[in-house]
Amino acid sequence: MSWTNVPRLGLMSAPEPKELMISATNLSKVYGDFTAVAGIDFQVARGEAFGLLGPNGAGKSTTMRMITATLQRSGGDLRILGKDPDKVGPQIRAHLGVVPQSDNLDTELKVHENLYIYGRYFGLSKKYLTKKIDELLKFAQLEDKRNAKVDQLSGGMKRRLTIARALVNEPEVLLLDEPTTGLDPQARHVLWDRLFRLKEQGVTLVITTHYMDEAEQLCDRLIVMDQGKIMAEGSPASLIQEHSSPEVVEVRFGSDRNADVAQDIAHIGDRMDVLPDRILIYAQDGEVALAEIIALGLHPITSLVRRSSLEDVFLRLTGRTLVD
Amino acid sequence: MAQTQWRGASAIVDTRRIAKFGAFYAAEYRVRNMLKWWQAIVAFGIGNPILYLTSIGIGVGTLIDRHTNGAGPDGVKYLAFIAPALLATSALQGTMDEVTFPVVHGFDWRKVFFAMHAAGLTGKQIAQGVIMSAVARTVFTVSVYWLILWFFDAFDSLRALWLIPINVFFGACFGAVLMAVSSYMKEDDGWFAIIGRFVIAPMFLFSGTFYSLSTLPLSVRWVGWISPLWHATEIGRYFSYSHPISGQMLFIHFGYMTVLGVAGILIANRKFALRLAA
Repeated sequence: MSWTNVPRLGLMSAPEPKELMISATNLSKVYGDFTAVAGIDFQVARGEAFGLLGPNGAGKSTTMRMITATLQRSGGDLRILGKDPDKVGPQIRAHLGVVPQSDNLDTELKVHENLYIYGRYFGLSKKYLTKKIDELLKFAQLEDKRNAKVDQLSGGMKRRLTIARALVNEPEVLLLDEPTTGLDPQARHVLWDRLFRLKEQGVTLVITTHYMDEAEQLCDRLIVMDQGKIMAEGSPASLIQEHSSPEVVEVRFGSDRNADVAQDIAHIGDRMDVLPDRILIYAQDGEVALAEIIALGLHPITSLVRRSSLEDVFLRLTGRTLVD
Repeated sequence: MAQTQWRGASAIVDTRRIAKFGAFYAAEYRVRNMLKWWQAIVAFGIGNPILYLTSIGIGVGTLIDRHTNGAGPDGVKYLAFIAPALLATSALQGTMDEVTFPVVHGFDWRKVFFAMHAAGLTGKQIAQGVIMSAVARTVFTVSVYWLILWFFDAFDSLRALWLIPINVFFGACFGAVLMAVSSYMKEDDGWFAIIGRFVIAPMFLFSGTFYSLSTLPLSVRWVGWISPLWHATEIGRYFSYSHPISGQMLFIHFGYMTVLGVAGILIANRKFALRLAA
């Protein structure tokens, strides 16, 4: 799918003020005694790919539901497309595209009918939709599935159809809640490719995910959330630079020996985390750090030198892994 | 593929139009979904009356008419007596089918109502769309049933044409109540079977469908009094063969059903909105 004239953000060059699509100030959501979102601040500019990263229960989906104007906030201020969702929710929703965590396609309708009827919810004409459906099926690589029933599609195809459906109204912001959860690696990469194309076209994206590689791939900027709070904010690269060392050595000595060995190698690298199954050593040069470990006469069962990731940032900030 | 200009939702989506016609968009979806089952709807709409009319209207009717010289309950032939009740039953049953499982489908099974809501429709519009589509089916079912009854010589005059709009209205009122009930269901859990066996079946049996309600002892007559089917049947008989009803009772029949319908719609509107925003 090729679109022209999509307003572009120009992240690398333009110092001019950016149009804010979403602005949250001290945003909170409370259910009885439980605080799901605890007063967070963030902004999303037009054309930006913005991510909410955090483990299950961090408050990402609750935040997402508030910014899709389907859940009222408990406190703070929220502006979406410059409007208050608690006052003009339906108007805002009509200009957004939403990809929910679980596909809510109609299994009794065919693929193209799902796109058509969703377009009708926006009051779009048959003439517009006829053309648009062809474009969206091509974009979602589902042209040969046009007349298939939804149940005949694979998980990845259903996700692509749900994304295509969310684009039928040419949304000002496309919001995706855990877009690749439950998909196999190949299907995830196909989906990332589609989302990356949207990003290249300048479509404003908001993505929640607990996959750090997904956030690194797709997001210009993100917030790391835990227990309803923002732990850090920035681009994936700047967060890694700020909160972690360039490289990480993962060594395994066996779950009963890791803690003992950790004391012997504590002086190696910049910092260390001892997890139940492995030891992480944060270093400027991972190969050098691994050589130092082996020079001590310690021989790990397995070892891995890798680049620092957002997973490490999250571990540093919260003391927990994303998959805890 | 020719390049398409991305104009943005602000340029192509008219939110005032959605606010005005949103309920019709929701109904359009439901009708489209319903048409996936059109064979079953048509078969039910035609097969059901033919079976009932053949077995009870003609079979039992012949027996009763033979013993009453054609002046059975209410002084008319038995087929004329039960025709308005059967028509009312089909109206209520057809509407019920479109406001029970589809609501659970929308909220729980496929969560399509959440997709509608995310697109800008309100809970109220979705609820209205559901009842509108149910009414569309009832118009079809009642019209077909009426034609078959006419073919079976169940009506004496075209005054019986009133039975079509009246039963559609009563079906909608009854449907509104069941839609409100359905909106509280988290999942089916057999509740609809229970409603079918312990609400619908007794309603069918104790609403003066096959005999006058006055022949029942007072201890069970109340079932008929609260039954929408009895109110619909009484009105149907009034318009079909001039079954005597006082002006006061006419008011009560229409008033009772209207109150049920309005209450059902108001409760459903509220519950739909609450569930979509929970």
